[in-house]
Amino acid sequence: MNVSLILIILLVGAFATFLSGDKLASKVSLLFSLAAAVCSIVLLTHFNAGENISLITQWITKPNVSFSLKADGLSMAMLLLTTVLTVIIIFSSFGNQYKNSKSLYALVLFMSFAMAGTFLASDGLLYYVFWELALIPIYFIALIWGNGDLEERKKAVVKFFIYTLAGSLFMLVAFIYLYQQAGSFLLEDLYKLKLSQTEQLWIFLAFFLAYAIKIPLIPFHTWQANVYQKAPTVGTMLLSGIMLKMGLYSVIRWQLPLTSLAAAEYKYIFIGLGIAGVIYGSIVALKQNDLKKLLAYSSLAHVGLIAAGTYTLTIDGLRGAVLQMIAHGFVVVGLFYAAEIIFRRYETRTIADMGGIRVQAPRLASMFLLLVLASVALPTTFNFIGEFTVLYSLYQVNIWFAVLGGTTIILGAYYMLKMYQHSMLGETNVKVFADVTMNEGITMVAIIGVLFFFGMYPKPIMDLITPSLEEILIQINRIN
Amino acid sequence: MNTLIAIIGLGILCLLFEIFNLRKAIVPITIIGLLAVLGLTISEFNSTESYYNNMIVVSKFSTTFSSLFIILTIFLVALSHNFYENHPTKISDYVAIKIFLLAGSVAMVSFGNLSMFFLGIEVLSIALYILAASDRLNLKSNEAGMKYFLMGSFASGIILFGICLIYGAMGSFDVIEISELSRSAELPVWFPIGIVLLTIGMLFKIAAVPFHFWAPDVYEGSPTMTTALMSTLAKVVAMASLYKLLSVLNADVSEAFQIVVVFISIASMTLGNIMALRQTNVKRIMAFSGISHAGFMLMTLLSLSTSAGSLLYYASAYALSGIAAFSVIIYVCKNRDNEDIVNFHGLGKNNPLLAAVLTASLLSMAGIPIFAGFFAKLVLFSDTIEAGYLFLVIVAVVNSIISVGYYFKLMLAMYTKEPNEERKATPFIIYAVAVTAIVLNIALGLFPSFVLDLLA
Repeated sequence: MNVSLILIILLVGAFATFLSGDKLASKVSLLFSLAAAVCSIVLLTHFNAGENISLITQWITKPNVSFSLKADGLSMAMLLLTTVLTVIIIFSSFGNQYKNSKSLYALVLFMSFAMAGTFLASDGLLYYVFWELALIPIYFIALIWGNGDLEERKKAVVKFFIYTLAGSLFMLVAFIYLYQQAGSFLLEDLYKLKLSQTEQLWIFLAFFLAYAIKIPLIPFHTWQANVYQKAPTVGTMLLSGIMLKMGLYSVIRWQLPLTSLAAAEYKYIFIGLGIAGVIYGSIVALKQNDLKKLLAYSSLAHVGLIAAGTYTLTIDGLRGAVLQMIAHGFVVVGLFYAAEIIFRRYETRTIADMGGIRVQAPRLASMFLLLVLASVALPTTFNFIGEFTVLYSLYQVNIWFAVLGGTTIILGAYYMLKMYQHSMLGETNVKVFADVTMNEGITMVAIIGVLFFFGMYPKPIMDLITPSLEEILIQINRIN
Repeated sequence: MNTLIAIIGLGILCLLFEIFNLRKAIVPITIIGLLAVLGLTISEFNSTESYYNNMIVVSKFSTTFSSLFIILTIFLVALSHNFYENHPTKISDYVAIKIFLLAGSVAMVSFGNLSMFFLGIEVLSIALYILAASDRLNLKSNEAGMKYFLMGSFASGIILFGICLIYGAMGSFDVIEISELSRSAELPVWFPIGIVLLTIGMLFKIAAVPFHFWAPDVYEGSPTMTTALMSTLAKVVAMASLYKLLSVLNADVSEAFQIVVVFISIASMTLGNIMALRQTNVKRIMAFSGISHAGFMLMTLLSLSTSAGSLLYYASAYALSGIAAFSVIIYVCKNRDNEDIVNFHGLGKNNPLLAAVLTASLLSMAGIPIFAGFFAKLVLFSDTIEAGYLFLVIVAVVNSIISVGYYFKLMLAMYTKEPNEERKATPFIIYAVAVTAIVLNIALGLFPSFVLDLLA
């Protein structure tokens, strides 16, 4: 049994969903995503028992490319995040009617397949293939099933595609250059390379372009808010919940170990960029009227902090970043889902048009509050552990970074609670607002449950990711 | 050699069918015949033989490229059936000309003598002139044929002049003899001049900047079927024979030659891509995209001794996606007076399958992974970096990004616009060609070693 099984399930699921017809599509896709999630949990137990669940076979002889999927703690954590969130995302969309839904759900599963592949691949080219493959489904999801004016949507989505493709093509050049030096794309062979500092700097920058656009970091974030707003909620959840994490994961897995000299030399600049994102994202979020846009900018702030954590090159920074990646993945999916629940009833995303929902829908209001609190890193939530660890690592580098990064909590509390106040509290709205349905409730409770469970008991995830992060750190700290 | 004879025999057979009034059987019989020829060619894969005093040399290079040309011709002949529905009496002419064109192409990659090479290129070109003007009553088609003929014969003249100069310098047409002599230290000055003229003539045929001016007009004016042939088969043939010519003539040893190649390659891809952004006619978009792909393929000339496999792979990837794209264009633009992008509006709703095929082929041309176009670019970039031209690769990458702009324009038209009018059911054959070509393309992408290792 090895990790390729999950990829196979997701890929077969995508085709099966497409063939199952519009009526059954959502259920079939849910079934396959559940199978993948269960399978990844089973694989996790095998992995914890010390079994080898990796897979390496030759794929292309010249250039030398292997089909190599390597599972370590970090990959397994990200894989679980992907498969579990895919189940939640698909289930959350049950209340919506989509035209041509067989294609939509097939694309969702296909995207999940590509993202799972990105987290598992340990061959540079295979990784790149999965990385690019993830882009195509989200392009179509956002373009065809998105909302708002078609012309504007087209502009936003095409901009997003060209931006991300541009970034990743430079990463491809970097990979080809590394291949010329190492004669193989395998991560372990690339680790053995001894590159001069100038070479490392250029490769670091090529990778950085790809990741900074994907994450996104300032000043490469301009695609984000528009695409989040225009994409259907399923797409927004996939983008913010999982796809952003591809960029952050790649920083840890590929960029830092391969170009550690350059990373160490210029780390202040990149931590600075991350923190600039925190402050900028929070301040812009304060001014947003559109709920989805507000969440997009809050997301920008949170990932900025995560990126800053990874660039500290300390074990706390990496660990905090990974924990926060998982936590943020869940919380942001929950928040976008809450926005979608409101949209289903009020057909609006403008915060000013909401208000007084709490009286009519107390259950939604309380669940939304829990998510908002988790998002601002209230103690006992998973986000608190992630954000606290990251801030601690920033403190180790320079106290001012921690002070500035800490504004994410203060500003975050301000704009999130303000948003909550305007949308949920206040005068009773004249429009009728039905409380959450069964399906909606299950989804929300599941997300909140995960956040609070790991908030109080993060040890299993800590134990899972720490050994692999320590290995990566050894690689980062080796003397070239 | 056997391939060449069999192909010519098949062409004559096509003409005979006309005499015996068996027009309906022409397309199926030709396809079966071509499949047999393909088998014959593949069976010769491992033999290296020369015929008629080195006039024709069968090698791995010639058999692999000939196989590719034959496969492309099979697709093009299959499409003819539907395309020439309105001219049932002329079908044998159209098909026979394509078969003779194929014979010329095969001669162009298996020559062992420059005179044979010239014969090949003339057979190919004259067939193309006729096909370009084959829509007799259409003024645009006549114009395209005339333009192509005037420019093309000029280029042929330059090639012939180049061959003469090489003969003057070396005293032989035989490429092996020329190749041996060219290694000696003292070369007469007109030998390099001859190579330059030869290269210019061939650059004209592959439509590389600055010899590209004919391409957009001729592509637009010609019948769509001919455009498909020009942009897939003819371009690949010209590129392969230029590669073979320059590698047997040892042109790559000179530094100046490489600088010129880098310059032309950058100019072709940049100009082609930027011009394509402004077009609204799909054929013109394909013409400019073809110019930029020519620029990409020219990069193989920088590592002549090692990149034959990369060229074969790039050519197959590009030509297969071109065939898939053009079969959709033929379907969409049938019985329309132009090929404007407007005609593609709403194809995603009207005909999801063909829209998906066109999307896939455009993604392949743009170089998105899992399609063969991605691996084609990858091996090309890898070879070029190995040859020491990192700068050129970065320009190529920037160009790949630009190219996404116009490929996506077409995709957006298909998926976001409302359809203008309902289209009738499509003939099976277009589905078959489009789907087979794109499936082959994806298969090449999944198993690149299969083609890459052929010429390793």
